[in-house]
Amino acid sequence: MNANQILDASGIAKSFGAVKALVDASLSVSEGEIVALMGANGAGKSTFVKIITGALTPDNGKVLIRGKQARVGSPAEARRSGLVPVYQEPSLIPDLDVADNLRLTDTPIAPFERWVKELGIEGLSLSDMVGDLPLATLRILDLARALASEPDVLLLDEMTAALPSDLVERVLKVTRQQADKGMGVIYVSHRFNEISELCDRATVLRDGQTVGDLVIEPGVEDRAVELMLGQRLDLAAREVNKTRGTIGDTPRVRVKGVAIAPKVTDISFDMFPGEVLGVVALEGQGQDELFECLAGFMPPTAGSIEVNGTTTAFRHPADAIAAGVKFVPGDRADALLAQRSVRENIALPFSARMSSWGWLKMRHERERVEHAIDRLQIDTRAQGEVQRLSGGNQQKVTIGRWLATGVETLLLFDPTRGIDVRTKRQIYPLVRELAEQGSSVLFYTSELEEIPLACDRAVVIFNGRVVDIIDAENADEQTLLRAAYGLTAQEGAA
Amino acid sequence: MNMATTDSSMVRFGRFLRDNPVIPLLAFLVLMIAVLEVIRPGIVTPFRAGRDGLISTFWVGNLIKFAIPLAMLAACQVLTMLTAGIDLSAGIVATVAAFVCATLSSIWGPVPAVLIAMSMGLVVGVVNGIGVGVVRVHPLIMTLGTGLIATGCMQVYQRLVINAGSEIPAVLSWLGTGRTLSMPNGLFLFVPFALFVFWLMRFTGFGRLLFALGSNENAAKLSGVRAWQVYVALYALSGLIAALAGLLYLGMIRQTSLSLASPLLLPSVAAAVIGGTSIFGGRGSFAGAIVGALIIRVLDTMLTLMQMPEGARTMLFGLIILTVTAIYVRITGSR
Repeated sequence: MNANQILDASGIAKSFGAVKALVDASLSVSEGEIVALMGANGAGKSTFVKIITGALTPDNGKVLIRGKQARVGSPAEARRSGLVPVYQEPSLIPDLDVADNLRLTDTPIAPFERWVKELGIEGLSLSDMVGDLPLATLRILDLARALASEPDVLLLDEMTAALPSDLVERVLKVTRQQADKGMGVIYVSHRFNEISELCDRATVLRDGQTVGDLVIEPGVEDRAVELMLGQRLDLAAREVNKTRGTIGDTPRVRVKGVAIAPKVTDISFDMFPGEVLGVVALEGQGQDELFECLAGFMPPTAGSIEVNGTTTAFRHPADAIAAGVKFVPGDRADALLAQRSVRENIALPFSARMSSWGWLKMRHERERVEHAIDRLQIDTRAQGEVQRLSGGNQQKVTIGRWLATGVETLLLFDPTRGIDVRTKRQIYPLVRELAEQGSSVLFYTSELEEIPLACDRAVVIFNGRVVDIIDAENADEQTLLRAAYGLTAQEGAA
Repeated sequence: MNMATTDSSMVRFGRFLRDNPVIPLLAFLVLMIAVLEVIRPGIVTPFRAGRDGLISTFWVGNLIKFAIPLAMLAACQVLTMLTAGIDLSAGIVATVAAFVCATLSSIWGPVPAVLIAMSMGLVVGVVNGIGVGVVRVHPLIMTLGTGLIATGCMQVYQRLVINAGSEIPAVLSWLGTGRTLSMPNGLFLFVPFALFVFWLMRFTGFGRLLFALGSNENAAKLSGVRAWQVYVALYALSGLIAALAGLLYLGMIRQTSLSLASPLLLPSVAAAVIGGTSIFGGRGSFAGAIVGALIIRVLDTMLTLMQMPEGARTMLFGLIILTVTAIYVRITGSR
C-alpha cells in the first residue's frame, strides 16, 4: 500500500488434517505503527502468529517484507529479515545462564543490558541461571533480547499476561517509544485497555479469516466484539432441552478468595447442588490453575475451598475424589491409558484405594462399566485399546469413568474441545442430566456459545480474578465475550 | 471412526502376536531346540543316538530346573517394568538371601534362617520402593545403588561369620536338586508362584494399577491413585521374590559365594524383554518371560556345546538377544 509498509501478509491459509485453522488471514504493518491482532479463542491467532514468524509454513498466501516476497521458512530466517517475536511462553533455556542464552541468538550484550534497565529490571546478573528467575523477569528478558537485535517488526504475543502493573506500564511506554522511532509492532492481546492505549489499528480474526481492520478510537470495543463474534446462527444447537432440577440452598463447594501464584489472584464463588456453573474466560486467565487446584493437584497459595461445609486441604487428587470432587481435564491424553481397554479405563478409580488392591470384583465392575457405556453411548467397537477410539468417544470414556463411580461435584475443563458436533450434543444433555440428579458441575468451555446451552450461571474470570457472575441462561454471546474481555464495568459508559 | 476395520492384515497379525506374545516365542523355543538337536544328535531325542526314549525327560527336566530361578528373577523385572521401572538389585538380593540363609542355618536352624533371608529381600525392596515412589529417584539408579550397598553389607557380614561355616537347609536341597517323575522338585515352588504372579497381574486391583502407572502415571493420579503406595508395595514384592529365587538357587548349587546369583541378573532382564515386556511400561506378560527364560537356557546350552571360548560365547549371547528382541519388536510393532 504505502511506501513505509514493512510487512504485508495476505491470503494466508493453513490446515491441520481436516481442521482449517486459517482460511484467509491478512495483516500489514508499516513503520512506526502498532497493530493489534485480535480474535476469540480458536479464531486462529496463534497459527497466524506462527506463520508470520516462520515457525509454520502456510498452505497458501504470501508474506511480503518491504514489498518483496519473503521466504520465511524458519524462525531464524524471520529474524534475519528483521521480524522478531516475543512469544507467550518464555523462549529462554532454563538450564543456561543469561549470557549463554544471549550467545545462542547472537544478541549484543551492551544494548541488551541497557534495555533490561530501561524496562525496569534491577540487579540482574548475566550469570544468573534462567531457571531461577521469576516468570515476569523472563518475559522482560525476552523482550529486551528482541529489542537489542533492533528489529524492523516486533511481534508481542500476550506480552503483558504475567506482568505486574508497574512493569506493564514500562513495557507499553518502551514499545510506544520504539514505534515512534520507526519500528513496526504487532500486538497480540486480549486486553482492550492496553490496546486502546497503545495501538493505532486492530486487525480482527474470526474462524481463520481477517474480518475487519479497525482504527482505534473511543467506542471501538463494541465494533471489535461484534466482528469477533460475527453472525453465528447455530440455531439447531439451541434446541438442547434444558431441564432444570431444583437448585439446592446450601452450597456444595465454596471457593473463597483463592489465589494461586502467579496467575490466579482472587477467585470466589459458590457451587450449588443441581447447578451447572459455567466458567467464562479467555485463554490463560488462570482457569487452568483454578481447576487443577480444585481437583487436588496443587494447593491454593491463599484463600480456602469448602466442600459440604468443611474446609479442605487437598494434597492429592485422591483427597478431592474422597470429598466427591471429580475432574475431567482438558487434555484427554492426560486422562487416558491409551493402550488399555475401555473397561480398564473406566474402572481405574475402582482400584485406586489400597483397600481395593485385592481380587477385582469383576461382576460389579462390569455392571458399572456397562451402565456408563450405555448412558454415554460410547462406541465400543474398538474397545480393546482406547487409543483406537475417535476423539469424541475418548472424551466420553474420561467422563464415563466418573459416572461409573457416582458424581457429587464434577469439574469439566473444556470437555468439547476438538470433538465432533454429534458428540457435543450428547455431552450438553448429559451435563444437564447430572445436575438434575443433584450433582454440581463446574463447566469451563472455550466456546462461548456453549455457556447458555449448558449452564445456569457463569463466573467470568479475567486476569486471575472473578470480575462478574452472570445469569447464563439469558446471556448472549456478545455479553459473554464483552465480559470475558473484562469490559463489563465500562458497559454503562459505552 | 472404527479404525480396526481398515487395518491391513499385516497390522492385525502384528496385533495378534502382541496380544499373544507367547505363541511366536514358543515357536522360536522349539526351533532352538531343533537346532540344538542338529548340533548334537541325541541330546533331546535319545533314540537317535541308539538309546531308549523318544524324548529325554532328563534333559527337559534339567532345562526346566535351571530356568526356574531365572524365571523367578524375570518376574521381578516383568512386574517392575510394567510401571516403566526395573529391579537391578534382584540378583544381589538373591545372593544375599542365599548367603544369609546358609550361614545362619548352621547357627539358628533352617526356619529362622529362611525367614531372616526373606526379610532381607523385603528390606531392600522397601528401600527401593521409597526411593522410587517417594523420593522419585529413577528405578535404574535406585536399584543399582541399593544393590551396591547390599553387596557391601554382605562383605562386612562375611567377615563376622567367617568361622560359622554354612549349611543348606534340607528342604532347599530337596527343592533344588530332587526330582519327582524326572521333573525337578523346584516346580512345586514355581507352579504356585507362577499362578500367583498371573493372578496378581490379571485379577487384582494391584495388577491393574501396575499397568495403569506404566501407561500413564498422570491418568492414574487423576483417578485417585497414590503412586508411591503402589511403588513401595511393588518393589517390596520384587525384593521378596528375588530372595525366594536366591533360596531356591542355593538349594540347587549347594554352595554359597558372594556372587552366587548375580550373573543371573542381566539374563533375567533379557528374559523379560524377550518375553514381550516393554521397558517403557504398560505392557508385559509373565508367561512370555518364562518362555524367555527357557530360550536363554537353551541358548546357553547351545553355546556351551559348540565349545566356544568364553568371550565369544558372551558376545554371541548378547548378539542373539538383541536380534531376537529386534525381530520381535518388528513383528508386533511394540517397543
